[in-house]
Amino acid sequence: MAQMTMIQAITDAMRNELKNNEDVVVFGEDVGQNGGVFRATEGLQKEFGEERVFDTPLAESGIGGLAIGLGLTGFRPVMEIQFFGFVFEVFDSVAAQMARMRYRSGGVYNSPVTIRSPFGGGVKTPELHADSLEGLMYQTPGIKVVIPSTPYDAKGLLISAIRDNDPVVYLEHMKLYRSFRGEVPEEEYTIELGKADVKREGKDVSIITYGAMVHASLKAADELEKDGISAEVIDLMTISPLDIDTIIASVEKTGRAIVVQEAQKQAGIGAFVVAEINDRAILNLEAPVLRVTAPDTVFPYASAEDVWIPDHRDIVEKAKKVYNF
Amino acid sequence: MTKTIDAVQDQFETFQILSEDGEVVNESAMPELSDEQLQELMRRMVYTRIWDQRAISLNRQGRLGFYAPVAGQEASMLGSQFALDKEDWILPGYRDIPQIVFHGFPLYQAFLWSRGHFQGGQIPEGVNILMPQIIIGAQIIQAAGVGLGLKKKGKKNICITYTGDGGASQGDFYEGLNFAGAYAANTVFVVQNNRFAISVPVEKQSAAKTIAQKAVAAGIEGIQVDGMDVLAVYAATQQARERAIAGEGPTLIETLTYRYGPHTMAGDDPTRYRTKDLDSEWEKKDPLVRFRKFLEKKNLWSEEQENKVVDEAKEDIKASIKKADGAPKQKVTDLINFMFEELPYNLREQLEEYTAKESK
Repeated sequence: MAQMTMIQAITDAMRNELKNNEDVVVFGEDVGQNGGVFRATEGLQKEFGEERVFDTPLAESGIGGLAIGLGLTGFRPVMEIQFFGFVFEVFDSVAAQMARMRYRSGGVYNSPVTIRSPFGGGVKTPELHADSLEGLMYQTPGIKVVIPSTPYDAKGLLISAIRDNDPVVYLEHMKLYRSFRGEVPEEEYTIELGKADVKREGKDVSIITYGAMVHASLKAADELEKDGISAEVIDLMTISPLDIDTIIASVEKTGRAIVVQEAQKQAGIGAFVVAEINDRAILNLEAPVLRVTAPDTVFPYASAEDVWIPDHRDIVEKAKKVYNF
Repeated sequence: MTKTIDAVQDQFETFQILSEDGEVVNESAMPELSDEQLQELMRRMVYTRIWDQRAISLNRQGRLGFYAPVAGQEASMLGSQFALDKEDWILPGYRDIPQIVFHGFPLYQAFLWSRGHFQGGQIPEGVNILMPQIIIGAQIIQAAGVGLGLKKKGKKNICITYTGDGGASQGDFYEGLNFAGAYAANTVFVVQNNRFAISVPVEKQSAAKTIAQKAVAAGIEGIQVDGMDVLAVYAATQQARERAIAGEGPTLIETLTYRYGPHTMAGDDPTRYRTKDLDSEWEKKDPLVRFRKFLEKKNLWSEEQENKVVDEAKEDIKASIKKADGAPKQKVTDLINFMFEELPYNLREQLEEYTAKESK
């Protein structure tokens, strides 16, 4: 089995789908000749031609409109927003147009668009590149939101996202692009959207998380184990819709849970997960469900990221608080 | 600097074929249309004028919902649509209901759309239109995408999209023109300049003397047309269509027109921002009066024919309203089912909840 970084797995997924379906088209700013600013589309234009993999003018809203129009004429668009902080420029196309296409047409039309975009902090970008804006997407009915944390998951989830007949926002945490390699099968495989993955089993406390925080949570679980606390780490992988069955089964088993996100406390999806647990499993709880999040400021300047983004120590602290409640 | 702008603006003269008296003033530009086609154009304009009057009164009676009156703009709307092939796409704004109806969208569904009923969005198979767009300008970037899609599929068809003078101020307007230009997409953009974006006059929208000249910045063709002259609008659209399918790129068409009525039937009062003098100045240019004179001189139109169309329109509207009245009462469960191809857990639960509620 091949060892790949997450970005290589993402490229591999797009290559697979470009081969698999001639209606798949990949486009965005710098995705053609340049292969994308992160090289996510490296070599794809050369392999599949300019008709299939192409650069767009520099205008996010236009890219969103292009995707909707191509979707209506039988294509399966995979559009890139160069950094997710730029999503505000294309928010109408995503939230008011694609997300409503099926509803507005009473099921006649759909927008089979995949929106790929890098997000998340820790790589010292300029302002409005790294922001964790996934909560805005979660609050928008009509779209799915996928956030992989490993190269293996990245490939299977992206293939599923591209094949999905509804719009999928697929967010790629920048810090995970090249930070490690993992085993990725060369053949195609899919991972069902809307399913979480238990990355580590445990019996004392559930750590529910996604994105880069999966890795901080796994590190925290190692620390907790030294103190005799067995933590279960759930990687949501799809944050909209949530995999409610996996979350609730875990909480029923452990009776204790924390939700961990890199986003601010008022952003992300932590509050929604807590609300769902309260709705469905409150009588199983031995302690309140706590959250590990960033503070409610705007996403910080590069030199403040390290003190702002939660880390494994914050997770250990909250997990112990819940465990010792 | 100023000289450069003047040199650009001066090239955008208003294209006209029929004068206000129905005289042909531009013989060489006359489109090749049979007598029957000329009569059909008139029929559609008369029909639409009657429909507009009925829609306004139905709205006042509470029998129709959202409605944006169209009287005055018939030539701009129907002249451009008449140049289309059945397989061409229309991406309309919310006022552009006549174009989509004459492109095959059933009138009763237009009424259901106005009432906010989901069946009003269920475009029948083979009718290449989108639901009327509410967000000003959103359809313009989508039209670049549809035009590019048609080109990539090797279709000899175009996508036409409509907005107004206010829409030309949106960022999406420029992005749509620019994208379509960069890809030489099969797209035709029509701006129906009716001089007022709700209440704001076109002079306050832009320092540009014409909207057509905005095509220059995107490197595409632009033309300003007398939007009260149905033959000029038809000819300009037909040429733009031919250019697009020949791979020569998109065109921006600005039609100079006027809406006689309010912006919508939701409380707009045009006397707050328009003078009677301006209203009567534009009524003299009326597209129906002008075309009727032209046809009468050719013995192609009579009072009898006109009355026949009026009766036909009234009958159609009556029957369509009746059909719309017969649509099932909307249920929350209907709406839930249209959110995704496969419902996620939250909607599955809510579907169950509302199925129980609505079966009581």
